[in-house]
Amino acid sequence: MSDDQPILSVRNVSKSFGAVQALHQVSFDVHPGEVIALAGDNGAGKSTLIKAISGVFRHDKGEILLGGEPIRFTTPQEAREHGIETIYQDLALADNLTIGENIFLGREPKRRLFGILPILDREKMAEAAKQTMARLDFHVTRLDAPVAAFSGGQRQAIAIGRALFWNARLVIMDEPTAALGVPEQRKVLSLIKSLKAEGKGIIFISHNLRDIFEVADRIVVFRRGENAGARKPLETTHDEVVKLMVGV
Amino acid sequence: MTISATARSASLPHPIILWIAQFRAWVFLVMLIAFFEIWSRLSDGTSFLFNIYNIQSIAVFATAPLLLALGQTFVIISAGIDLSLGFVMGLSSVIAAHACNYFAARWGFPPFAAMLAAILSGTVVTIVPGLVNGLLISRLQVPPFIGTLGMYGVARGAAYLFAGGMTIAVDNDWYSAIGNSRVLGVPVLVILTGIACLVMHYMLSQTRFGQHTYALGASKAAANRAGIDIKKLTLKLYLLSAIMAGIAGALYTGRFTAGAAQAGEPLLLDSIAAVVIGGASLFGGSGTIWGTIAGALVIAVIQYGLVFINVEPFWQFIAVGAVIIVSVLVDQTQRRLLGGRQVE
Repeated sequence: MSDDQPILSVRNVSKSFGAVQALHQVSFDVHPGEVIALAGDNGAGKSTLIKAISGVFRHDKGEILLGGEPIRFTTPQEAREHGIETIYQDLALADNLTIGENIFLGREPKRRLFGILPILDREKMAEAAKQTMARLDFHVTRLDAPVAAFSGGQRQAIAIGRALFWNARLVIMDEPTAALGVPEQRKVLSLIKSLKAEGKGIIFISHNLRDIFEVADRIVVFRRGENAGARKPLETTHDEVVKLMVGV
Repeated sequence: MTISATARSASLPHPIILWIAQFRAWVFLVMLIAFFEIWSRLSDGTSFLFNIYNIQSIAVFATAPLLLALGQTFVIISAGIDLSLGFVMGLSSVIAAHACNYFAARWGFPPFAAMLAAILSGTVVTIVPGLVNGLLISRLQVPPFIGTLGMYGVARGAAYLFAGGMTIAVDNDWYSAIGNSRVLGVPVLVILTGIACLVMHYMLSQTRFGQHTYALGASKAAANRAGIDIKKLTLKLYLLSAIMAGIAGALYTGRFTAGAAQAGEPLLLDSIAAVVIGGASLFGGSGTIWGTIAGALVIAVIQYGLVFINVEPFWQFIAVGAVIIVSVLVDQTQRRLLGGRQVE
């Protein structure tokens, strides 16, 4: 796939809930290895848009193209099968399971004991966990420890690792740093950079302009469900982005 | 920037401490047996442990609560609870007794076939309460505590109605042999329960069904997000626990050569106690079959042991109750050590 071909193209997408127009003629592209930050005040339509992309609900008008193909997913499961992983704030990890078991949850590998009895292949899960987490520069020493034993930033890394392992093409992250302390926020930003280096497309939603300016290649600003402009971090300022968000 | 996993996981307790915490029910069982052994040697010079009769009695005594506790383990790990098990077991016992008599008298089944038909009937009948529990909880979002409490009443009434308020005597040598005979010194009931334990351990620790049960108990959102069909899983869990109670009921009828509606009445709480003593959390997400086996044996040893050393039987309730409370306290301490999130 060349860099010219976007992983995801959102074209003139509209969505309304009854009389409320949540999205109106919204467009943007995500290229491989590109981090797009969605910025906007509460109610600007960021969440509605990522839900339309990740299959939570369908858009009314316009097109969403994944690798050039129009998509219209009906369930998040379907979106995931097409390589769109969404990482929510609550992370959706099972605390009592290991990293490997979380990565494989719902798709556990099996092997046969003595060639007969099918059992879960825990070695394969642990090995995959080790390798995947190493790709994120996260070197796990206790592969048998439940996820509950790890810190907030490490848990973000595990959720991201799951997306990486299943070859997600597009990773959507909704406020990934919101619940974390400052050192952990730094780690998550470095994780986003690792994903970028792997050639994934990343959509990153945050209220924190400093985070946005640090990792984004482009900042797409929304206001009241419409595109309010797109800027490159190097060619703009915090003030300008805030003005686009609030519309002064 | 490198993310090191050592910082936080270094604060995990030493593996040996974790191992003891995990098998604490077995440690406790050994201490309990040692206590009764010493007591009985000091008081009248007999051995508690090295007495084949004692071991057989305790093992047989533990089978019925253990069979209930096996299904209960799955349900509790999924963050549910099944309060209907006691009378589902009674229902099965009554139906099995009726079926045994009916197939022999009406259809002329030979004793062996009548016994098989009885065990099968008693077990199959429990699919009904199991399905209803599962549908109520998975489809209609009834809390497990309430849904199965309702089923407790329904199954109780149904069991007494089918029994006509009496116990149903069974005259079948094969059926009686299942409940009372031994193979190479091992009671048949113990062999059957042992097989059930192995099957349940396999299902819990080595299949997707078991893995998904743990995930469901830890986080419904995580299980759902991973594409697990939560409704179907929940239905299966309550079906499983009802069927295990059905097997327990059908075997009860063999052991006492009679079907009784109240067969499992005192066993429901024992089943929950066994699971909790075995290390499961009522918040869901943790527990093992080995733990539950130890939990059931702890209860059986306390109950039998106190009778053996001639303590008034009412002390049993106090002892078992105290053990349950201590187990929960240990469990909570362990969670704090592991940095579990039960505090949040």
